[in-house]
Amino acid sequence: MKENLFIQAARRPLGLAAMITLGVLYLVAIFAPFIAPYQTQTQQLQKTYHPPTGLTWQDGRLQVKVYEQVDPTVYEPIPGGAAPIRFFARGFEYKILGLIPWDRHLFLVEAPERIYLLGSDSTGRDVFSRLLYGAQISLSIGLIGITITMTFGFLIGSLAGYFGGWVDNAAMRLVELLMAIPGLYLLLALRSAFAAHVPSDQMYLLIVIILAFIGWAATARIIRGMSLSLRQRQFVLAAEVLGQSTWKILTRHILPNTFSYLIVAATLSIPAYILGEAALSFLGLGIQEPSASWGLMLSQAQDSKVFMMNLWWLLIPGAAIFVTVIAYNVLGDVLRDIVDPKMKVQSR
Amino acid sequence: MKPEPASSQPLLDVRNLEITFHGRDGAMKAVDNISFAIEKGETLAVVGESGSGKSVTALAMTQLLPPPPVCRVGGNIFFEGLDLLQLRQRELRRFRGKEIAYIFQEPSTSLNPVFTVGNQIAEAVKLHRPEVNDVTAEVIRALDLVKIRDPDKRHKDYPHQLSGGMQQRVMIAMALACHPKLLVADEPTTALDVTIQAQIMDLLKELKTKLGMSVLMITHNFGIVNGFAEKVVVMFRGKIVEAGETQSVLRNPQHPYTKALIACIPRLGVKQQRLTTIDYATLG
Ligand SMILES: Nc1ncnc2c1ncn2[C@@H]1O[C@H](COP(=O)(O)OP(=O)(O)OP(=O)(O)O)[C@@H](O)[C@H]1O
Ligand SMILES: [Mg+2]
Repeated sequence: MKENLFIQAARRPLGLAAMITLGVLYLVAIFAPFIAPYQTQTQQLQKTYHPPTGLTWQDGRLQVKVYEQVDPTVYEPIPGGAAPIRFFARGFEYKILGLIPWDRHLFLVEAPERIYLLGSDSTGRDVFSRLLYGAQISLSIGLIGITITMTFGFLIGSLAGYFGGWVDNAAMRLVELLMAIPGLYLLLALRSAFAAHVPSDQMYLLIVIILAFIGWAATARIIRGMSLSLRQRQFVLAAEVLGQSTWKILTRHILPNTFSYLIVAATLSIPAYILGEAALSFLGLGIQEPSASWGLMLSQAQDSKVFMMNLWWLLIPGAAIFVTVIAYNVLGDVLRDIVDPKMKVQSR
Repeated sequence: MKPEPASSQPLLDVRNLEITFHGRDGAMKAVDNISFAIEKGETLAVVGESGSGKSVTALAMTQLLPPPPVCRVGGNIFFEGLDLLQLRQRELRRFRGKEIAYIFQEPSTSLNPVFTVGNQIAEAVKLHRPEVNDVTAEVIRALDLVKIRDPDKRHKDYPHQLSGGMQQRVMIAMALACHPKLLVADEPTTALDVTIQAQIMDLLKELKTKLGMSVLMITHNFGIVNGFAEKVVVMFRGKIVEAGETQSVLRNPQHPYTKALIACIPRLGVKQQRLTTIDYATLG
């Protein structure tokens, strides 16, 4: 059942494209320390707002152009100046997958020259490296958030639908209460209910919890409807007459029959988490410097300088969010088409 | 062997059973003060038209009806002398499936579409017979018992890969896998084709003698009662209007409703111009 759904999705061009995009994004996030030439907090105050470094082919090897600062934020390439790119070079130490210590990096240039594939920000930090590290936070927050949401949504929804009566009433009134408050206000209200300054590592957890707290209601309502109708199905009665416990009935009979819905709903709502984290961090209420997240990086782009001086590379995190959200939405749509043939648009 | 303490005590003894549903527009009595008993190894048929309260009676036996205030059940249902209506849900789970097993009208919806049939039978075995080591062998044996061909292959099938008759056989296998003392069959053949109906009835007849279990057969078709059940109870609008030995009821029905039902049985060689209808005005 479960594998089947994704294999089917992979057979469709759109589904395959979305899955490959997401696969690449997550791989890059996982191997961020290896691919990134610098750490998120490595500053270079002499090279603020450095444009993306150009690449040249000189002396039979790939090199980066060397720039000189003609104005505080204007850089000109020095004619003929180049620094060789060294592949698999030793750089800062890190742990692969948080386990094996290593210090090799995909590419580096000899200090004091620096490679800025996507330019540098206001303190000379490498946008490319920060984008990769930011992906770790921005991409995982959706997955963890949705797991918590779906678990709670399923438990509360299926119990409400299964037991009915006052359990159902209580759960559904709570759901309506949560759904009646506009999401962003609830997000900000919940955020301000906690301490203003939270250490960065706890902040991550806090954001996940806040987002999941807002998200479970919609899932619970739909699952409740599904379990209400599944409850009438004879196989649930057949399980009851067999003497199965409530827990067994929920996990063996209700869950598998709502599973495809859960997968589709999860895929379609992950973007909301990514955007939620981005919104909080953008407003300065989420991930704190010097950690990186896409939303936090975008908040730097609020500076009017970005537009005055065409510092376009600072908007790249926005493009990353855009691509991720689109990929999830496309994949979700494809999965929904597979699961629900009634909604299928003629596709060939 | 322990001597049977009270051989006079029936396996199932239903006394003054009353079932009331409370809806928005008042209370509705679905079953009104009915009593009947089933001895060990005996088969009782409950016959009646749609809505006469047969299914709710069967479900009430293991408290499967909605909890109060929606539905209230009064009276006593003694199973081996123990009043099932007094038990708590947790205690009842020991009886469900283990002592009293059910099969339903609609085999296609009684099986969970996402699991193989073997998996679902195994679930029943694991639940009530934890002492069984080789569950798969037990599943295959159960499928063999209900005469499914190639049970060692078929147990890996999903419900939709089986025909309706086979699905019902699987349901029977699942019900019998835990060796229940009482099998409640709620219109087990209504959803099936006529030829399949006969096969399923033959199978049930064979199995109940083989396993020596009691059967409560619910049906609205008098035709399948003859030769299957020793006793019959006729229900009409929640009440028992006639009860007795099958043969004597069939030969000499007392209540006009029973007569009307018996007249509905199609007979071989008898030409009927029109289907017999039941004239409710005369029944009151
Ligand atoms: N959950 C319920 N809520 C309210 N009323 C119910 C419920 N279940 C059954 N009833 C009512 O109880 C009465 C008896 O229903 P029951 O299902 O026992 O009929 P039946 O004799 O089994 O009919 P059939 O031959 O169609 O299966 C019906 O009038 C029905 O409307
Ligand atoms: Mg019925």
